[in-house]
Amino acid sequence: MEMIYGVLEGLPFSMFEYDFMKNAFLATLLIAPMFALLGTMAVNNKMAFFSDALGHSAFTGVGLGVILGLQNPLISMVCFGILLGLMITKVKSANMASADTIIGVFSSAAMALGIVILSGNGGFSKYSAYLVGDILTIQAKDLVVLGIVLVGVYVVWALLYNHILLLSINRSLAASRGVHVVFLENVFVVMVAVAVMVAVRAIGILMINALLILPAAAARNITNTARSYHFMTTGIGLFSAIFGLVLSYYKDTSAGATMVLTAAAMFAVTYFIGKRHK
Amino acid sequence: MQNHNCCGLCSVTLQDVHVTSGKDVLLNHIQLQLHCGELTALIGKNGAGKTTLIKSILGERTYQGAIQYKDYHGNDIAKPKIGYVPQYMDFDRSTPVSVADFLAAARGKIPVWWKICKKEKTEIKNMLEEMQCGYLWHKKLGTLSGGELQRVLLALATNPVPDLLILDEPVSGVDAVGMDLFYRRVTELRDKYHMAILLVSHDLELIREYADKVVLLDKTVIAQGDAEDVYQTDAFQKIFGYGNKEAATWK
Repeated sequence: MEMIYGVLEGLPFSMFEYDFMKNAFLATLLIAPMFALLGTMAVNNKMAFFSDALGHSAFTGVGLGVILGLQNPLISMVCFGILLGLMITKVKSANMASADTIIGVFSSAAMALGIVILSGNGGFSKYSAYLVGDILTIQAKDLVVLGIVLVGVYVVWALLYNHILLLSINRSLAASRGVHVVFLENVFVVMVAVAVMVAVRAIGILMINALLILPAAAARNITNTARSYHFMTTGIGLFSAIFGLVLSYYKDTSAGATMVLTAAAMFAVTYFIGKRHK
Repeated sequence: MQNHNCCGLCSVTLQDVHVTSGKDVLLNHIQLQLHCGELTALIGKNGAGKTTLIKSILGERTYQGAIQYKDYHGNDIAKPKIGYVPQYMDFDRSTPVSVADFLAAARGKIPVWWKICKKEKTEIKNMLEEMQCGYLWHKKLGTLSGGELQRVLLALATNPVPDLLILDEPVSGVDAVGMDLFYRRVTELRDKYHMAILLVSHDLELIREYADKVVLLDKTVIAQGDAEDVYQTDAFQKIFGYGNKEAATWK
């Protein structure tokens, strides 16, 4: 860690004088590629609303952590996120109502439950940092957690990507090629839930979904193959996160929101490039 | 009945396949045998259980009963290869996936977002070439026409040569000439590779022309045999609302 800090201090940016900025910078380097990979598939699968619901459910995860007296609510957030994701997938597969409706029901219920728990003693404002996120509170041990999840996502992407892609194109066709469709759907949901929960304190409940969806959405405008899509999404994600962080430091704005604004601008740029080349 | 190169030994047998959803019976104790080198057409009205039957064979739906695959020597095939051409592809058309990405993802283990190796690319081009659509390999999957997509899907479904090929006929997007070409290609494959083919179709005329056997489904098998025989049954007349005389006039 000291070595990485040393390298950052050697760079000609005044923001690296502070340890919290170094941590924030390293966090963006871990979160952006992780979200890029998951984002490519979340957009393929039209799951933007779903990941939004997961982000919202972070409130309940925090609330459960408070009830259980946990020092760090991350465990209860991850567990609740996974549970909610799997529940939505299960209920959706029963085909009783449209996916939008089901996600809407779960999303609002989870958020309301979280707010009810956290506002129980009139102390909700204490947790409002979760809404917009605070990347400057990231510590070395949070970076370790982010690093582990990033490696995990890459391992799954190396081993299972082809099957996940086939599943996103046609479920029955995937089944005919021996893909365990239900298992794989759940693996993806669990990955998104874990990734969202470990990053939500840094980015904020209101912004996290945008950071997952926007880089992939921007890359789609100008790519035609899986390879270019991935590299472009990772590039746009990293650029948005780093540029957003630096800008937020000098302009004293919310880091998560500045990153999202940058990503949105990237979407506009690629949209017009894509349109011109059509 | 035409018999092509069916050896009469290898087969796919559905034994007492039964599927329920809550209180509803979707498939009622299906007994059916599909033979190699034979094109079996599955017909029935909407909701008769055709899709459920296919999903059961694909392992996408749980069912009671058994589906057995036997090889030429009468031995069980533990891991049967199934080729499947879906009825429609409801994926997001703007998805950045090329035809080569799609085929390589279905065939190999190297993640296609990382790379597609040269050997794989050559094989993909060859299998597309066999369907007279080699020029499609680098195109974006979402930009293909209905007919082009169908050829790509057929190329995939028949590589490697499956023990059972399932074709879910597209209801739109492919014109009459395209359909005729498709069926001609399918019957060629049947004769060349000796595979069992199960076809779900609504086009009774094409079935009469190309199918070796017709199975009429309404939760269970209510008639089977060659097209002429099945089209003359009361059950067929009741479901489709006309008899064989009228059907004969389409010829």
